[in-house]
Amino acid sequence: MADDLDSVFRREAGPCTATLIRILGDIDLAEDAVAEAFAVAAANWKVHGIPPNPGGWIMLTARNRAIDRIRRESTRDGRQKTAARLQGDLMNSDHNPELDDLDALVDVVRDDQLRLMFLCCHPSLAPDAQVALTLRLLGGLQTAEIARAFLVPEATMAQRLVRAKRKLRDNHAPYRIPSEADLPDRLDAVLGAIYLVYTEGHTATFGVALGRVDLSVEAIRLGRVLGQLMPDEPEATGLLALMLLTQARQPARVGADGTLVRLAEQDRTGWDRSLIEEGHRLVRACLRWNQPGSYQIQAAIAAVHADASSSDDTDWSQVVALYDQLLTFSPNAVVALNRAIALGELRGPAAGLAALEAVDATSLADYQPYHATRADLLSRAGLPDDAIAAYDEAIALTTNATELAFLQRQRRSIPHA
Amino acid sequence: MAQYLLSVWHDEEYVVDFTTPDAQRTVAQVGAFNEELQRTGAWVFAGGLQPTSSATTIRCSGGNVSMTDGPYAETKEQMGGFWVIEAPDLDAALALAKRASVACEGPVEIRPMEGG
Repeated sequence: MADDLDSVFRREAGPCTATLIRILGDIDLAEDAVAEAFAVAAANWKVHGIPPNPGGWIMLTARNRAIDRIRRESTRDGRQKTAARLQGDLMNSDHNPELDDLDALVDVVRDDQLRLMFLCCHPSLAPDAQVALTLRLLGGLQTAEIARAFLVPEATMAQRLVRAKRKLRDNHAPYRIPSEADLPDRLDAVLGAIYLVYTEGHTATFGVALGRVDLSVEAIRLGRVLGQLMPDEPEATGLLALMLLTQARQPARVGADGTLVRLAEQDRTGWDRSLIEEGHRLVRACLRWNQPGSYQIQAAIAAVHADASSSDDTDWSQVVALYDQLLTFSPNAVVALNRAIALGELRGPAAGLAALEAVDATSLADYQPYHATRADLLSRAGLPDDAIAAYDEAIALTTNATELAFLQRQRRSIPHA
Repeated sequence: MAQYLLSVWHDEEYVVDFTTPDAQRTVAQVGAFNEELQRTGAWVFAGGLQPTSSATTIRCSGGNVSMTDGPYAETKEQMGGFWVIEAPDLDAALALAKRASVACEGPVEIRPMEGG
């Protein structure tokens, strides 16, 4: 029973909150109402069982709770405030659905979730605030869970959420899907926030504390929701494909001794075939759109890796070509670094090093993978002294214990000149 | 409708010299932007400020009023001018703030007015 309630909560909290924010015109009120409704549900469903439409049940209960609270508030204090809230914001919504007619809610709810995604990822908010709000309001995670996932104190995360919500309210941020003209930029922010959740989860996988929310799984869930809400956005599909294809390698990323296993050395029979199949299907859909973008290309690169039975078997010329294309969309040093790695595989370490030397390294000075890559290429190119120096730089920049152990092992394995 | 302050910032002490081609260009751009604000009803008030070397700061402590020469914040970054605009919501205000930044060729900070 507890498990069921939990999964219902995860599924329904976002949509319910999204619709209630529009109906009530207030984020906090909606959040509280949904929390109260779930508390009521926990008690009620234990006796009567889960109703056939749990989402609708939660929505109605939350709405009624919110209305009760507004009535209480309006008799106790701030009659004007409540009146203004109801008049201003209720009238603001174009279509108030008949809440009793639950079927009629479905389409509206879909739009509400999109509205909420764009609100949470409003460009006036810093990325860490966007991510926190998205996980809280759309993902239905508790503040404490988000704090644990990002390894920050709960009070810090609570303050981050309060400040973000207050900023949106004080600034009169609109609750609507951005205009056609703004949509590309605004969608980029949403995709960026979801991918940030994913990469955070992906790097943190090592030494995961017990009971910590798996952010990778959460990001994929949000990516699926976005993909359903915006089925005609190739980049939304591309992001989901990228996450699925990366996630597919997860079982092979950690060795039996708990250490990081590089892509080249991973046991590919451990890769999750069903995630790869789904990722491939999405990449093919992207190709049919023929509107390439940075997430789609990254997904295509991941798909090439997924196709290969080993590193040697990888179509590296295809990978290099995709990185060349990616550079035209995202001309940055990190992409150039990854291109140099692929080139090193295609034409040998000397070619990889030459490509790496051509990258403007000023922005990469503190970027650990740059030094780790250089060290690896130098070592393979037969330059042990330079390789050791590069490993030392990489090691100095590494905080993650698993990665540290890996780099130290690599450094020790270099034959001395 | 809500009101927002759009303030224009300078990274260094600036000199008002409208004879340079750069200044003439931005004056023309800001003039055109102002006209549009007035035409569309977004205009509330706006103005450019003399450099902070012209500022005097007045303080009040326990009923005593004192005066010091210079700006309140002793930082390099100083406000050089501002608009107060009216917009239906943040997204509309941000669109105007972007245009303001382009017109004056400098950073613009946007803040909602209290109760606006």
